[in-house]
Amino acid sequence: MRYIPNTDADCRQMLDAIGVRSVEALFADIPAAVRLKRPLRIPPALSEADLTRHIRGLAAKNADADRYSTFLGAGCYNHFSPAIIGHLISRGEFLTAYTPYQPEISQGTLQVMYEYQSLICQLTGMEVSNASMYEGASATAEAILMAHRVTGRNEVVVMRSVHPEYRQVTRTYAQQIDLTFLEVGFTPAGTADLRAAKAALSEKSACLVVQNPNFFGAVEDLAELAGAAHAVGALLVVAVPEPVSLGLLRPPGECGADIVAGEGQALGVPMSFGGPYLGVFATQEKYMRQMPGRLVGATLDREGRTGYVLTLATREQHIRREKATSNICTSEALIALIATIYMETLGKNGLREVALQNLRKAAFAKERLARVRGCRLRFSGPTFNEFVVQVKRKPADLLKGLLRKQIIGGLDLGQFYPELKDCLLVCVTEQHSREEVEALARAMGGGR
Amino acid sequence: MSGETVGTRGLVFNEPLIFEQGSPGRVGYSLPTSDVREVKPDRLIPKKLLRDDIPGFPEVSEVDVVRHFTRMSQWNYGIDLGFYPLGSCTMKYNPRLNEDMARLPGFARAHPYQPEAVSQGALQLLWELEQYLAEICGMDRVSLQPSAGAHGELTGIMLIRAYHMSRGNPRKKILIPDSAHGTNPASSAVCGYQIVPVKSGPRGVVEPQAVAEVMDDEVAGIMVTNPNTLGIFEDHILEIAKIVHGKGGQVYCDGANLNAFVGIARPGDMGIDVIQLNVHKTFSTPHGGGGPGAGPVAMKRHLAPFMPVPTVEKKGKAFTLNYKLPKSIGKVRSFFGSFGVLVRAYTYIRTLGPTGLRRAAEVAVINANYILSRLKGTYHLPYDRFCMHECVFDDGFQVPDNVKTLDIAKRLMDYGFHPPTIYFPLIVHGALMIEPTETESKETLDQFIAAMKAIAKEAKEGGDVVRAAPHNPRVSRMDETRAARQPNLRWRPPGA
Repeated sequence: MRYIPNTDADCRQMLDAIGVRSVEALFADIPAAVRLKRPLRIPPALSEADLTRHIRGLAAKNADADRYSTFLGAGCYNHFSPAIIGHLISRGEFLTAYTPYQPEISQGTLQVMYEYQSLICQLTGMEVSNASMYEGASATAEAILMAHRVTGRNEVVVMRSVHPEYRQVTRTYAQQIDLTFLEVGFTPAGTADLRAAKAALSEKSACLVVQNPNFFGAVEDLAELAGAAHAVGALLVVAVPEPVSLGLLRPPGECGADIVAGEGQALGVPMSFGGPYLGVFATQEKYMRQMPGRLVGATLDREGRTGYVLTLATREQHIRREKATSNICTSEALIALIATIYMETLGKNGLREVALQNLRKAAFAKERLARVRGCRLRFSGPTFNEFVVQVKRKPADLLKGLLRKQIIGGLDLGQFYPELKDCLLVCVTEQHSREEVEALARAMGGGR
Repeated sequence: MSGETVGTRGLVFNEPLIFEQGSPGRVGYSLPTSDVREVKPDRLIPKKLLRDDIPGFPEVSEVDVVRHFTRMSQWNYGIDLGFYPLGSCTMKYNPRLNEDMARLPGFARAHPYQPEAVSQGALQLLWELEQYLAEICGMDRVSLQPSAGAHGELTGIMLIRAYHMSRGNPRKKILIPDSAHGTNPASSAVCGYQIVPVKSGPRGVVEPQAVAEVMDDEVAGIMVTNPNTLGIFEDHILEIAKIVHGKGGQVYCDGANLNAFVGIARPGDMGIDVIQLNVHKTFSTPHGGGGPGAGPVAMKRHLAPFMPVPTVEKKGKAFTLNYKLPKSIGKVRSFFGSFGVLVRAYTYIRTLGPTGLRRAAEVAVINANYILSRLKGTYHLPYDRFCMHECVFDDGFQVPDNVKTLDIAKRLMDYGFHPPTIYFPLIVHGALMIEPTETESKETLDQFIAAMKAIAKEAKEGGDVVRAAPHNPRVSRMDETRAARQPNLRWRPPGA
């Protein structure tokens, strides 16, 4: 076995040194009644070459964004990712290190995390960011638990234009401690219904949860929503599943957000059939000690040199146990590394340019699809790189037809919103050429 | 330090924060050419919802970025560099084949919402992985959704709570032995449970009597780590399970230490109802400096109706996602889980097969006992008995010379080793928890043993060199009090 260096002879020598006859003696504590008396029923070992062939075969059965023209977004985005990312994250010093508990020999991971926290603050306009969480939906759930801790209140007002899976995860978490959920609808513009939000908010509300751009791709007026939440003493939680939008959009921190919970996948991370992704979590300084997750801080060593350490650990489970701000331990350091390399490589101008391209190409597609016979735009509000198209044909049939042409035409919204059962959510990024959009329009029914 | 040691000093570089580098207009990227009309953004989105600039974002070239990260990487210790005996973390070699497989375009470039008809390979892999993990654990179903070990614990406790709710009462308490991981009480608390600690006995294991004394019909269940954090197998597990089940409770096993007995025994055969697996420990996926991991949860049939959705089912020859579980707890994260990490675990299991997996457990246990027997006498062993996959010493023999566990840990760095887990488990004062794993050779273990003995000798001879350690890394001990008292968690432009 190529991953296990010790041979039978090595093991023999070691057993002699231990003073036992056989390895069986070392397992004597396991009661005989529960010992497995047969080999595990899993397939026999495969050589590297045979296994590679087998797994390549499995991978080939899936559509991928290189062979298919895909217009899916909805929380997972097909963005261009520079080649250097794969090379840099493959360095064993990053890939094969544990959580940086020993700072003297973990300064690489720690400085990366400090830069990551700084970049997330700059991007979101918030004052503090943690060093990463699992992914966007559970980060949003943690944000709601934090709002409950900060305010001591038990009601949560959530916009229905927040990603359905984020709402579902949030409910799963909140049910455990009996928080009450109030859901608020959307306007014909596809944006949050401010009047209904105001009606739902009260002095019982811990927070108002809104997504920007929302699940329909629409850009929200966060400042108005923040005003409504703050008027009753509730926090504003902003979920950001598509952070590339922050290359152009006014950051939530400037609009009165108290917590930003986001998904970092769009920042150079592979779509990878849904994970691993990156939970973004940022807040204002006054709530710093209520935050979940790891934090990295700058300090000095004995000689006065600058260095970095994990800090404010008294919030965390390994010190506080059941009184911790969260149970999270392992987070997503390597994915945060991807996002850090992505943000630094694109930088100030690059991220703005990508965001602009997304906006313009999606605007082009919006205009083009609106001209297709049997298609119309469902909402009237401004959008970033996603929008909702209402279609005459049954979406499932339409999508099936497109698939035969190697086009994955978007998401059938009926599965999440019964009232939108004749609608598709379409995403267009910098990866799409004008020709691909034209091909989609032609395949959907032509038009001028 | 006498003679040649593995650790030495080499040329490393100072590397400032990226924010202190670059110049306006410098670029590191190349984007697709725009082939649509260049509309001004405020024609599409109201100006008040837009920003002009991202203040502070860097402007650097591609070369700057590559050098920046390469230099920082050199300040890290990783398994690829040497022995990493971090107890309870199972720092085994991370095979590169796993990485290549996870990066195949059919996986890495696949969207989670693409139609099932064109996701059959990914779904097959998930379905097969569930079968393998169920067989390894002796369980009926496995949810692959949780993102990490602690997330798996949380999901497991949610399952237990949902099970009790379905019988009319969620109950109030969870029993947790004092040797548990810190995440166990935290995960239970997130579900609103009160924690009732259970003291372990003089042999380092939980005694059935101690469980019986606190077990009542308001206890939802017990969370046992097996082997426990002393590296000792909880040999009363069958009796404990009987006591807990007798009062209608559930038995949760923290599976972080499963590497000790894969193929030798199965949690499902020990009366355990639910267990999480840390694939970034037992199944060789890389830790990446603290994630991503994956924490699948394996369970007995009676908990399966409450599983997170969707599950992957096989219908004839096709694989399909099932969202129709009316009693499901819901979802614990978006989509299906850390798919890329699960591809790595699948690759590992198929590489080792049943014989290789069992061999891994055996060699992991031999390696740990070899260290235990060779260091016994030089370091104090609080529980003098054989161990499973890890052994726990303390600084009892060094404290009289004013050398503590922290000093020993820091001095090991100079010799070229990552320190063991220190000051954990909490029930051993000044603990040094050593887990070698099966992927280390006898020669490496001998070098480590020699370093540990050399440090013990240095401690006896005055200990200054140990107390001032580490000497070889680029930085020395950090002022952690300063970091916590004057938090500096982000870069700000000078003068801001």
